[in-house]
Amino acid sequence: MPKDNGIGASSKRREDVRFLTGKGQYTDDINVYGQTYVHFLRSDVAHGQINGIDTTAAAAMPGVVRIFTGADFEGIGGLPCGWQVTDRHGEAMQEPGHPVLCQGKARHVGDPIAAVVAESAEEARDAAAAIEVDMTELPAVIDMAAALAEGSTKVHDDLTSNLCYDWGFVEENKAAVDEAIAGAHHVTTLELTNQRLVANPMEPRVALGDYNAANEEHTLYTTSQNPHVIRLLMGAFVLGIPEHKLRVVAPDVGGGFGTKIFHYAEEAFCTFAAKAVGRPVKWTSSRSEAFMSDAHGRDHVTKIDLAMDENGKFLAVRTDTMANMGAYLSTFAPSVPTWLHGTLMAGNYTTPLIYVNVKAVFTNTVPVDAYRGAGRPEATYQLERVIDKAAREMGIDPIELRRRNFIQPDQYPYATPVAVEYDTGNYEATMAKLEEIGDIAGFAARRAESEARGKLRGFGVNCYIEACGIAPSNLVGQLGARAGLYDAATVRVNATGSISVMVGAHSHGQGHETTFPQVVAEMLGIDESMIDIVHGDSSKIPFGMGTYGSRSLAVCGSAMVRATEKIINKAKKIAAHLMEAAEGDVELANGQFTVAGTDKSVAWGDVTLAAYVPHNYPLEDIEPGLEETAFYDPANFTYPAGAYCCEVEVDPDTGKVEIMSFAAADDFGNVINPMIVEGQVHGGLAQGIGQALLENCVYDENGQLLSGSYMDYAMPRADDVPCYVVDHSCATPCTHNPLGVKGCGEAGAIGSPPSVVNAVIDALHSGGHTHVTHIDMPVSPSRVWQAVHGG
Amino acid sequence: MTDVKMTVNGKERSGSVEGRTLLVNFLRDDLRLTGTHVGCDTSQCGACVVHVNGKAVKACTMLAAEADGAEVATIEGMANADGSLGVIQQAFQDHHGLQCGFCTPGMVMSAAALLAENANPTEQEIREYLEGNICRCTGYHNIVKAIQAAAANGSAVAAE
Repeated sequence: MPKDNGIGASSKRREDVRFLTGKGQYTDDINVYGQTYVHFLRSDVAHGQINGIDTTAAAAMPGVVRIFTGADFEGIGGLPCGWQVTDRHGEAMQEPGHPVLCQGKARHVGDPIAAVVAESAEEARDAAAAIEVDMTELPAVIDMAAALAEGSTKVHDDLTSNLCYDWGFVEENKAAVDEAIAGAHHVTTLELTNQRLVANPMEPRVALGDYNAANEEHTLYTTSQNPHVIRLLMGAFVLGIPEHKLRVVAPDVGGGFGTKIFHYAEEAFCTFAAKAVGRPVKWTSSRSEAFMSDAHGRDHVTKIDLAMDENGKFLAVRTDTMANMGAYLSTFAPSVPTWLHGTLMAGNYTTPLIYVNVKAVFTNTVPVDAYRGAGRPEATYQLERVIDKAAREMGIDPIELRRRNFIQPDQYPYATPVAVEYDTGNYEATMAKLEEIGDIAGFAARRAESEARGKLRGFGVNCYIEACGIAPSNLVGQLGARAGLYDAATVRVNATGSISVMVGAHSHGQGHETTFPQVVAEMLGIDESMIDIVHGDSSKIPFGMGTYGSRSLAVCGSAMVRATEKIINKAKKIAAHLMEAAEGDVELANGQFTVAGTDKSVAWGDVTLAAYVPHNYPLEDIEPGLEETAFYDPANFTYPAGAYCCEVEVDPDTGKVEIMSFAAADDFGNVINPMIVEGQVHGGLAQGIGQALLENCVYDENGQLLSGSYMDYAMPRADDVPCYVVDHSCATPCTHNPLGVKGCGEAGAIGSPPSVVNAVIDALHSGGHTHVTHIDMPVSPSRVWQAVHGG
Repeated sequence: MTDVKMTVNGKERSGSVEGRTLLVNFLRDDLRLTGTHVGCDTSQCGACVVHVNGKAVKACTMLAAEADGAEVATIEGMANADGSLGVIQQAFQDHHGLQCGFCTPGMVMSAAALLAENANPTEQEIREYLEGNICRCTGYHNIVKAIQAAAANGSAVAAE
């Protein structure tokens, strides 16, 4: 029977009640007495020299409090980059400055040139329109290959070129990989683009800065996935505010998907300006602003070679990628095409030799950083597309070809040739499960039925693996991270036995307020309703690196388990005293402390009350109170993996692709709340299908953003996606965290694009269009039609 | 400035607005009914859907002055009189039809309008009706399930 409490229960989400009744408190719902509003005047050219800014007329407009330009930020630190990559020649990456407001030059459409603080948002916007900017438009570099060409216009005059870094991984393998490919029985080559995307959480970003001059304390309310990281970056590197004078609050946040990890100029501006004008300053992004100021995702151009022997055994993989950084380095941008991408190129397979080259390139576009999956979708897409092409060229069934190359269950821990060690997995199990839940045996009949209606039906399959639970600190430190990636939790047991757990993870849709209490309830044997989670406020929680990389439960949840274990140890000492028993004989089950072999017992609430009313208490041995903190730094990444399949119908007359079914068999290790895990997969699948069929962030050759609103950027809607079939029963628990969990937030977005494209190619081949070996995403009707008709 | 008066969730509300003030801004900024959200500036996302005189309306496409004299319903008015979740709200919680919650008020208001028009919609009818509501979290699967469940519960209630 399904559980209704604790680990494994599909507990309903407690946070839903406020969201369903309009009582959520998102950052834009917060208003501080006396607040002003800021509007940013943003560059409308991709590259321009700022000769002068005349704010005279604007300053005289109604309601204007003060106008800021880059000159107000001279001598103030720029936005820092949190990761340094060392290139294949041992050189540090080129790292340009990133000012809060433009200093002398604008480098992408949307780069903030000036900021108007006014009594109302409308007055700020009106006045911004009256600012006169004398700007000389410069040639813009948009295309990555052109940006790397000799003599190209430079995005940053003080750098030697537009090349951020030329990364080789593993450099020592290069010669052996080249040799294996040169001598292989068969080599399949594929050139592809992983297009630029915009994360588009439904809540646009908001920042509200407040300053209390009496005690010199700053408060920033912001739409962030990691308030402590913002406090660290902004306090230490931009504005020089010590931690105890800077409170960062991320209240209810309306989705993140990576783009709310990063420290943005608007956060630093509102914090700075609140002190400068002596009043709170609020910024609420419009969606149009979001398109040109939120960090974008993906944007890789890749060539991959897969070498095989005559049986289809993978011998070597070589991949060359150009990765777009945009105009500046966003917080974690350099890590995405390198350590979050190159380390996953083994996939689920035993390929012995792998070499990854990545050239990161500056262009006059919005900075690119992590978007759901971050590097791992790019790795999965190229590998699983080239395997599909190889299967066709070799005449081997695509599932069979994958099976021949799977890492086997008895090979764990498995050290890949790209520096990571998978702790557990069973790829045959998830593939077998997929064959069942995707009813692969029934495909031929469904294809015949589609053909009878004049449609081409295709089947696509792929595997994926990801590195999640982003950590451990000593490893990521060696790889260039400038911060640790542990997490922290404090378990505060109150006198009546109720519990508040302060966690460093941040929930912006993931349901932590429900799942985290399930874990503590299970450990203590008490009801979930006695436990609440506190998150998102640097003044209330001990520390935290936040939520991204499917790390919340694997890292922060582990910290919470460690802190709860400390609670149990201390509570047993108290219980032993109350029962006049030896501590070692005390057991805790179902919220009762008992002494083995006796009928003695005390309830959870008796012990917690004793901790706070210590009249009968071993004060000489232990302190009163019952509160414990733990920091947890894992020993390894976690490695969720799985197999996905998709069926599509292609209309040969129009090129339109319709998803008929999608099935996902995932191994997430242990699962705390199945309902929430399945919801995470559903959402990821929709984003992956959106990438495969619809979404595309497009610049013209001058750097104008053509897809700058929902009129032009095709978000997946309810009738673009199917009902999904998902399964997570093939679980191989993680071996190195106390919960055995692996993380589930990104899998759907990582694993789904190749299945969709593989299915479209399969459909076209079934219709005799065998010359079509690849179509770049998004696989739009026009691209399908052109591929078929050669137009 | 223009004086406006309207009934919002059954209560008389009034205010003074600029000609350009949108209904959504009047609800959020003047009445502090912040359950109605703004997710875009091109009337695409549907986070701001409310009911005006019984019809689902994107509150970013209507001036506050145009709603003068109207009956407006927002997410804050969707719960039962005793404060418990209404049928659609409860179905969204039961079927995990929301994650970050930002699109949710608009989804619930659109779902209510759909079920008022069509008490037993098919899955395809639900998906097509939600064309004007974007959700980035759920992949729509559980939103569709929630609306189907609400329809089933609604008919059960009607049949009693």
